[in-house]
Amino acid sequence: MTDPAPVLDDDPFSDDFLADPYPRHERIRDAGPVVRLSRYGIWASARHEQVFAALTDWRTFSSASGVGLADFRKEKPWRVPSLLLEADPPGHTQVREVMAQVLSPRRVRGLRERFAPVADELVSDLVERGSFDAVRDLAEVFPLRVFPDAVGLPEEGREHLLRYGDMAFNGFGPRNDLFGRAMADAEQVQAWITAACRRENLAAGGLGRDIWAFADTGTITQEQAAMLVRSLLSAGVDTTVYAIGNALAALTAHPGQWARLHDDPTLAKHAFEEAIRYESPVQTFFRTTTRTTDLGGVWIGPGEKILLFLGAANRDPRKWENPHTLEITRRAAGHVGFGMGVHGCVGQQIARLEGDVVLSALAERAATLTPTAAPVLRPNNTLRGFSSAPIQVDKATVRRR
Amino acid sequence: MIAMGGPAAEKEFVSVVRDKTVVADGVVTLELGRPDGSPLPPWRPGAHVDLILDRGLVRQYSLCGDPADLSAYRVGVLREPAGRGGSAYVHDTLAVGDRVLTRGPRNHFALDDAPSYLFVAGGIGITPLLPMIVEADTRNSRWSLLYGGRTRRSMAFLDVLERYGDRVLVHPQDTSGLLDLRGFVAGCTNGTLVYGCGPEPMLAALEDACGVRAREILRVERFSPKEEVHTGGDGAFDVVLARSGLTVKVGPGQTVLERVEAAGVNVLSSCQEGTCGTCETDVLEGTPDHRDSLLTEDERAEGTTMMICVSRCLGERLVLDL
Repeated sequence: MTDPAPVLDDDPFSDDFLADPYPRHERIRDAGPVVRLSRYGIWASARHEQVFAALTDWRTFSSASGVGLADFRKEKPWRVPSLLLEADPPGHTQVREVMAQVLSPRRVRGLRERFAPVADELVSDLVERGSFDAVRDLAEVFPLRVFPDAVGLPEEGREHLLRYGDMAFNGFGPRNDLFGRAMADAEQVQAWITAACRRENLAAGGLGRDIWAFADTGTITQEQAAMLVRSLLSAGVDTTVYAIGNALAALTAHPGQWARLHDDPTLAKHAFEEAIRYESPVQTFFRTTTRTTDLGGVWIGPGEKILLFLGAANRDPRKWENPHTLEITRRAAGHVGFGMGVHGCVGQQIARLEGDVVLSALAERAATLTPTAAPVLRPNNTLRGFSSAPIQVDKATVRRR
Repeated sequence: MIAMGGPAAEKEFVSVVRDKTVVADGVVTLELGRPDGSPLPPWRPGAHVDLILDRGLVRQYSLCGDPADLSAYRVGVLREPAGRGGSAYVHDTLAVGDRVLTRGPRNHFALDDAPSYLFVAGGIGITPLLPMIVEADTRNSRWSLLYGGRTRRSMAFLDVLERYGDRVLVHPQDTSGLLDLRGFVAGCTNGTLVYGCGPEPMLAALEDACGVRAREILRVERFSPKEEVHTGGDGAFDVVLARSGLTVKVGPGQTVLERVEAAGVNVLSSCQEGTCGTCETDVLEGTPDHRDSLLTEDERAEGTTMMICVSRCLGERLVLDL
């Protein structure tokens, strides 16, 4: 037996919702495993069990019609669909395989040697200053200092990366003001991105050229190579900026957890993982059903859009104890902050590396983090995070390690 | 060609590479015989064998030679640049005279009796169909083959197929475009069976073309999504956690990760299926039985790191940096 789904009037892309999503998530979770959002005529789930089930069943929950609100079968996407994100197996499988090799464990291990000293230097300067903005001076600075070099991007115009990420992630929502503002200088940004993806503009030894090497062997076409570099650029920058900023804001708001991390900086990777669960940078993705399916006792017909609240699944009390508390030694495995299944973030080990080296460096040097002003939200249709989080740090007096 | 592997219960035997020949762009054939020249196990069209290539790397290849000739097995191997090293090993390293551990043969794609057959091959998917065609022709069944590939030069065995004249339709994609599967399948009469082997999109299109009759008339052999990796079984082993000073037992059906966590050691993990890389752990001693989808062939061979959510142990003891 299945029950009709509850119908809700929420607009998950409204300013109010984005400013304070968690109580709204709770209402949606409590309403049922799957609900109908009447405003957009779509289905939605905010519970971990159903979100996880949908993410790990690509046959039923397709990405090829777009992972945002727009249904590519009915409306033209604002950009050429991604070969990775907005595709299904079997076409997805080979390009994913190429990316998995480009971002292999060995490659990411090699990046640590380059990323860690940059984090150490940046963090030690900030700690000397005593007070700084955790987002503007650290979360936004670090990824932009290491990632474009790792990809092999040209020096000039890298500021376009954040603009492009802003477009891409607002682009998964409705055509609201957020999207309109993000698209204000779209042409210029897209032109820079398109140029940056070309083989001749990518430095030898970088991840970009590694992708192109697969075009040389005929595994992928030149067009695919350029598109996959684009995927690195759209998914690899903003997400880590938000993740590091959110982790710092969360740890600032939980002084006991920071004390624990300061006491044992090797917990940094666990702290970062838990922060992804606690304040998930990517809050939502959509899927489209390929057939009639029963999700949590609700029948959904074929061709239907369903909104998956990743950030809400990561705080579902049915799955997590004390979900609204940051606990850095918690077992955070199973969170869907990087997605799950065949579309699970292919660059997640680079994200973890960036988070680990930044948090380790700060945990070594700062005994306490104290907010000097409330964090300022940076609203985005998909991403949750802050544009500013001013903090003051107490420098650790004794080097214990 | 790589086929889905079945359970590995059969006996393994040593074969020797008697011949290795390039038969098309990126395709070699191997002939494998017993070292002492004694007959190989018999097989029927559609069968495949496992070749245990190097350091436990297992690949399945369809037999494409003559079932009546048990002095040698013949397999065709496509170089797959995006593969995990099996085809590259066959192409670049394996040489005439080398010994190869072999398992099988096994058949999940048998040729059922029918008055007529339609065969559809995509690229290296021609291999299991070749002996079927010989058999169908010998039985005087009506048959026709639609054979697609990227380019003519990449399509193996065209010389062998030549003698069948217009029963064989050769469609290189660069000159003839995509296969007209719908048109081809329209040639089905009562009792016709359709046998297809090739890449997944082609098989999906073929299934689509067969429509509601697919279940009844269509037989396909799929390329495995991930090449199967040889495993040392699910036996128990010990894991020593060097930094924690603990030893845990991992029993059949248990994972290293869950046992380590149960011992109170906090390890990062995420996908629990060997695809994300989060639980990668340094190996200090012992030989991992790698079952993840991430490490390269070199890294597997080095064995200095492993994904503890799925990978196991090829011996009785692992020492991990935990």
